[in-house]
Amino acid sequence: MSTTDTRLQVMWNRLLAVVEEQGQALIRAAFSPIVRECGDISAGVFDLQGRMLAQAVTGTPGHINTMAEAVKTLRARFQLQDMKPGDIYLTNDPWIASGHLNDFLLMMPVFFKGHVVGFTSCTSHLVDLGGLGMGPEGADIYDEGLLIPPCKLMNEGALNTLLMEIVKANSREPIANEGDIYALIACCETGAERLAGMMEEFGIDHLDELADYIIDTSYRGTVEAIAELPKGTWHNVLKVDGYEQEIDLHAALTISEDRVELDFTGTSGLSNKGINVPLNYATAYSVFALRCIIGPDIPNNAGSLEPFRVTGPKNCILNAQPPAPVAMRHTLGQMTPDLVYGCLSQVLPDQVPAEGASCMYDLPLRHTPEAVSRGDAQFALELVFSGGTGARPGLDGLSATAFPSGVWGSQVETTEAVAPVLITRRELIPDSGGPGRTRGGLGQHIEMRSAVNEDFMLFLSVERILNPARGRFGGEAGAPGRIRIGHGGSNLPGKGEVRVKAGETLLFETPGGGGFGDPQKRSRDEVRRDLDEGLISREAARDIYGFKP
Amino acid sequence: MHNKNGLRLAVDIGGTFTDTVLVDGKGHILATTKTPTTPENPTLGALAGTKHVLAGTGADWSRIGGFIHGTTLATNALIERRGANVATVTSEGFRDILEIAYERRYSQYDINLVKPDLIVPRTRAFIIGGRMDARGQELQPLDEEAVRRLTGELDACGAEAVAICLMHAYANPAHELRLRDLLLAAMPDLVISLSHEVSPEAREFDRLSTTIANAYIQPQMASYLINFQARFSNEGLTCPILMMTAGGGMTTMETAARLPIRLVESGPAGGAILAARIAAETSEREVLSFDMGGTTAKLCLIDRFRPQTARKFEIARAARFIKGSGMPVRIPVIEMIEIGAGGGSIAHVDRLGRLQVGPESAGSEPGPAAFAKGGTEPTVTDADVMQGLIEPGRFAEGRLRIDMDAAKRALASGVGQALKLDAAQAAHGVSEIVDENMAAAGRMHAVESGKDLGARLMIAFGGNGPLHATRVARRAHVDRILIPRDPGVGSAVGFLFAPVSFEIIRSRYSTLDALDLGGLNAFFNAMIDEAEAVVRAGAPEGLLTRRRQAFMRYHGQGHEIEIPLPDRALEEADIPALRRAFEEEYSRQFSRAVPGMKIEILNWTLEVASEPPALEHYAKTRVKQPAQPSGQRRILCDVTGKWREAEIHDRAALRPGDHLDGPSLIIEPQTTTFVSADFSAHVDGGGNIWLTRNREGDQ
Repeated sequence: MSTTDTRLQVMWNRLLAVVEEQGQALIRAAFSPIVRECGDISAGVFDLQGRMLAQAVTGTPGHINTMAEAVKTLRARFQLQDMKPGDIYLTNDPWIASGHLNDFLLMMPVFFKGHVVGFTSCTSHLVDLGGLGMGPEGADIYDEGLLIPPCKLMNEGALNTLLMEIVKANSREPIANEGDIYALIACCETGAERLAGMMEEFGIDHLDELADYIIDTSYRGTVEAIAELPKGTWHNVLKVDGYEQEIDLHAALTISEDRVELDFTGTSGLSNKGINVPLNYATAYSVFALRCIIGPDIPNNAGSLEPFRVTGPKNCILNAQPPAPVAMRHTLGQMTPDLVYGCLSQVLPDQVPAEGASCMYDLPLRHTPEAVSRGDAQFALELVFSGGTGARPGLDGLSATAFPSGVWGSQVETTEAVAPVLITRRELIPDSGGPGRTRGGLGQHIEMRSAVNEDFMLFLSVERILNPARGRFGGEAGAPGRIRIGHGGSNLPGKGEVRVKAGETLLFETPGGGGFGDPQKRSRDEVRRDLDEGLISREAARDIYGFKP
Repeated sequence: MHNKNGLRLAVDIGGTFTDTVLVDGKGHILATTKTPTTPENPTLGALAGTKHVLAGTGADWSRIGGFIHGTTLATNALIERRGANVATVTSEGFRDILEIAYERRYSQYDINLVKPDLIVPRTRAFIIGGRMDARGQELQPLDEEAVRRLTGELDACGAEAVAICLMHAYANPAHELRLRDLLLAAMPDLVISLSHEVSPEAREFDRLSTTIANAYIQPQMASYLINFQARFSNEGLTCPILMMTAGGGMTTMETAARLPIRLVESGPAGGAILAARIAAETSEREVLSFDMGGTTAKLCLIDRFRPQTARKFEIARAARFIKGSGMPVRIPVIEMIEIGAGGGSIAHVDRLGRLQVGPESAGSEPGPAAFAKGGTEPTVTDADVMQGLIEPGRFAEGRLRIDMDAAKRALASGVGQALKLDAAQAAHGVSEIVDENMAAAGRMHAVESGKDLGARLMIAFGGNGPLHATRVARRAHVDRILIPRDPGVGSAVGFLFAPVSFEIIRSRYSTLDALDLGGLNAFFNAMIDEAEAVVRAGAPEGLLTRRRQAFMRYHGQGHEIEIPLPDRALEEADIPALRRAFEEEYSRQFSRAVPGMKIEILNWTLEVASEPPALEHYAKTRVKQPAQPSGQRRILCDVTGKWREAEIHDRAALRPGDHLDGPSLIIEPQTTTFVSADFSAHVDGGGNIWLTRNREGDQ
C-alpha cells in the first residue's frame, strides 16, 4: 500500500458515504410504508462498465445483487453515446429489477467534464400498480398490474410526462406513486451530484483506478474467506407450505477454491398463484444468507458478489419465467436462507443457525368492498409481525425478530391511532421457541378486532403454518404459525383472503425458531431462567429439558 | 436569576474532569478551572473547583447570584448499570413490550447479534387489567382488585422503583394516576415513574423504555441532588441551583429529581448552546458545531441560532455507535451525531488491508502511546504528534510529557508494517481516515435532517476540535471555521447562556383537515399550565417565551417536519396557512410538494423558556495586521503530504485584527488550533479566531 492507496481507501469510504446519503434521501421521501418501516430500497454507484462499486446498507436484503445485475442489463441495452446529462432510465420488469412489479428501478448516467464516468441507481417499492393489487391471487403477471420495460423516465432533465401519467392512471394510489418516483429521481440525482463532487475534490477524471481497487480488494477478501472453507458439494431439501400444495425447495451448495455455487435443481415447479420467485430475487436472499457467514465484513459490490453463483432450472418455483405471477415473491424468497443454511450447516456446523420463522408475517388489512359502495371510511394498513429466529450455535434465537428481512414491527398505539382496529394482546408465546442446547426465538401472539364494529378484510401470504422451523443437531422444531378467528375457531391456511366480521377477534400466532443441539445439554441456569421468566412451561422444562428443580 | 450584579457560576461534571467557569454580571469570564472528577462523591470535585475559582478572583459565596450545574452522573448510571431494581407494570396483554420492541436487528449481517439489555427482565414485568383507546376513552376500567396481587409481586421481586406504562396513557392518564395512588397507599416507600409524565408520546415501547430509564436513576439522582444542594448551602451559597438538561435549558432541582432522565447528556448540550450563542453574536444563520474530545466527536446543526432538537436518542449504544444498539429514550434533546472519533481512537489494519480508526479508544488510561503511560497502540493523537501538529513541550499546559518516539513506534508497528508505510505516512493515513469519518458522519447527519453542510460556518471546540477542524471542514466542503475563546471548557461556558426552560411533547393524532380546534386548544392550555409552573419555579420573574410546534407529515410517510404554530388559540383560518407552511418546508427539503396528499399530525410540542442573557455584539474589526509568530516548527502538510515549516503563534498574544496564513499552529493551554496550508486565520473583536479556506491554497 502506498499513500495513493490510502487516498483510494478514503475515496472508497467516501463512495460508501455517498450511497448511504442516496439511500437516506430515498427513504425519507418515500410514501410506501414498507419503505419507511423496512428501508425496502437500494441505492448504489456503478462504474462505466456497470460494475457495482458501492451499495447502501438498507433494511431488506431483497435488493442485494438484483440491482447489481439490473444495471448491467440496462447498461447493455442503451448506448453510451446516446446518453445525455440529466437522462434517467426506468423499469419495473420483475425479471430485470427486483422480482415484482412494485419495485421500480432507476439508472442515471453520471457526467463529469462532459463524459459519462459511471452510473447511480436505486430501487424502491411503490404502493400500488393496479391489477389485483398486492396479493397472491393473480394468475399471471398481467393480473398483477402495469409492467414498464426499460425506457427513459427523464430526457436531459425533462420528465417523461406521458410515462408518469400512465403510472398514475394505472394505480389506486396515484399521488403516492408520483411522490415515490420523484423520491427515486432525487436519489439518483443526489448520488450523481456527490460522485461528481468527489471526483472534483480528489482531482480524478475517471473512476477506473478506484473501481479496480475496490473490486479487487473485495474480491480478494471474499475469495480468501472462501479458501478457508472445506470444499465439496452439500445438499438440502426444505419443505414449505406453498399455496395450493406443499412445495419442496432443493439446493446443492458447491464450494470450490474461489467460488460458491448454489443450484436449485429438484425444486418444485411453479404455483398457479403469485408466490413464484424470479431467480434474481431468490439469488438476493440466498447470497445475503451466505454472505452473513462468509465475509460479512466486506461491503457489497461487484467484487464481493462475484464469487457467488446461483442457478436453477427454468420454471422451478425459484426461477419463475414470465408470465408467471410473482407479486408475493418474498414469501418463498425469504425462505431461501433456511434452504441455504441447511447446506452450509453441514460445512460449518458451529457457525450456522437453525431454521427460523423466516417469512415475515404481514397482515395487509383493508376495508370491505361494500364499504366503498356504502361510502364508509376506507382504510388500508400493512402490519408486519415477526416470529422467532433460529437458535444460533452459541446464542439463543431472537424472539419476535425479523430475519432474513430487516423489517421493523409497528407500535400498537400508533396503529390504533391511524386505523380502526383494536389490538388487545401482543405477547410472546411460551414454549414456542424450539428447544435445544440453545433455544429458538419465541413467536408472538396477537389478538385484534375492529374498533368501529365493522367487518374488515385480511390478505394472507405467510409460511410455516404446516412446516415449522426445524432444529439442528438434536434441537427441536419451533412452534408453527397459527391463524384463527375467535379462540374456538379452526386454523386458517396461510394464504388467501379472510373476512373478519364485526365483533370477531382475529388471533394470530407467529412461528418460533428452531432449537440447536440437545435440549438436555442446555445449561441448567438457562433452563431455570427461561422457567422463571415464563418463556418455557414447567412441563417443557421437566419433559424436554430434563430439568429437576 | 440572571442577576445583573451578581456573579454566575457553571459546574460541568464530566467523566474525567469537572469544569468550573465563573462569570460576572455581563457574562465576561473571570476564571475557569479543570479539576479531576471525584467519582466516589462528585460533589467534592465540584466544591473544589468552585472554591478554586472563587479564591482566584477574591469573591465570596454570597456574591454568586446564579448557579448552573450539569453532570454525567445520570448518563453514567445508565451506561454502567448502577441504578435501582426496577419493575414494570403494563396493560394486560402487553407484558412483552420491551422484548418485542420494534422486532428488528440493528445490524443486517450480524448473525450473532445480541440485543441491548433494557434493564427490566421478564421476571419483573407485571401487568394490570384496564384499557384506554387512542382517543383516551376508557374501554375497560382499571382492575383495582388486582392491585393486591401486584403489590405482592413487587414486594417479592424486591422492586425499589416501578415504571408504569399503560396503553394510551398519553391520551388519558387516569389509570396510571389511580394505580400510582393505590400502590403508594400499600407501599409508601416505592419510587414510581409514570409514563405519561416522563414521556407523553404514543409508541408504547419508546415510552416504556424512557420510563424505565427514569425510574432506574431516580432514587440515586434524588439523593445526589439533595446532598449537592446541602453541601453548597453549607458553604454559603444562597441562590438556587439550576440543573442543565439534555434539551439545552435549565430546570429546578425539584423537576430534576422527578424527571432525572432529562439530565442525561447535558454536557454536550452545553457545547451546542455555546455554539448557538456565538452564532447569534456573529449573526451566522447556518452553523455546524464540532466538538471533538478524547473518545468521541459530536456534531450539531444550528439554524437561526437554535441548535437542532430531536425527540429521541439512545443511551449506551453497544455496537460501534450503531443505531438501534442502545436504549431508546424519548425526551426533548439537542440533536447531535456522536461518532467514535477522538484523540484516543485507535488505528488498526483490517483483514482486507484497509486502515480503520476507532471506535475503540485508548481512553485516558493508558491513553495514546505518546503519553508514555503504557499505551502501545497508535491513536489519532499519536498521528497528530508524528505530523508535528502538537508541540511536545506545551501540550496540556506542559503537564503531560509527549514521547515522540513512542508515537512513532506505535504508528510504525500498528499501521505502517501492514501497509508498507513509514511512520509519517501512516500518521497521514490515520488522519485522513478519521477526518473523513467525521466529515462523512456530518454530511450524513445533514442529509438525514434535510439540510446541507456546504454553506455552514463550523464552530469547533473541545480538546481536539480546533486541531482537526480544518481537515474535517475541507472534506465536508465547509470553507469557514470559528474557534471560540476557552474552547477547552466550552460546555460549562454554554451552561451560562441557557434559559430556564421546559418542553413537553405530547401525542394527539389528527389529520390537518379534521382538526378538533376546541379540543386542541384545551390540550395546549393544559401543557402551558404544566410547563409554566415548572419554569416559574426556576425563573420567578421576567418575561417567558412560548414556542408551539406541530410535527406534520404526509399520510403514509414516516418523516415528520416541525412546523411552528402561532402562540395563541388556533382558529379555522389558520389551517390553510399551516398547510402552506408544511408544503413550503417540504418542498425545501424534497424539491417538490405532493399536492392532494393528506397531511397528518401525531405529536405536538410546547416549550416555555425564560429570556437568556442579552447578546454581546462585537465591534467589527476593520484593521488587519499580520500576527507575529513566536516560532517555527516542521510539520507534515495535510494538503501536499510533504514536510514543511509552519509558524507557531500563542493565542494569548493574538489581538483583534490579527491575520495569519497557514500552515500555522495557534497554541493555548488546553488545545492547539491547526491552520492548514489552504486556510488563513483572522481574530475578531471578541477574540474568536476565524479560519477561512482559500481555494488557491490547494496547490
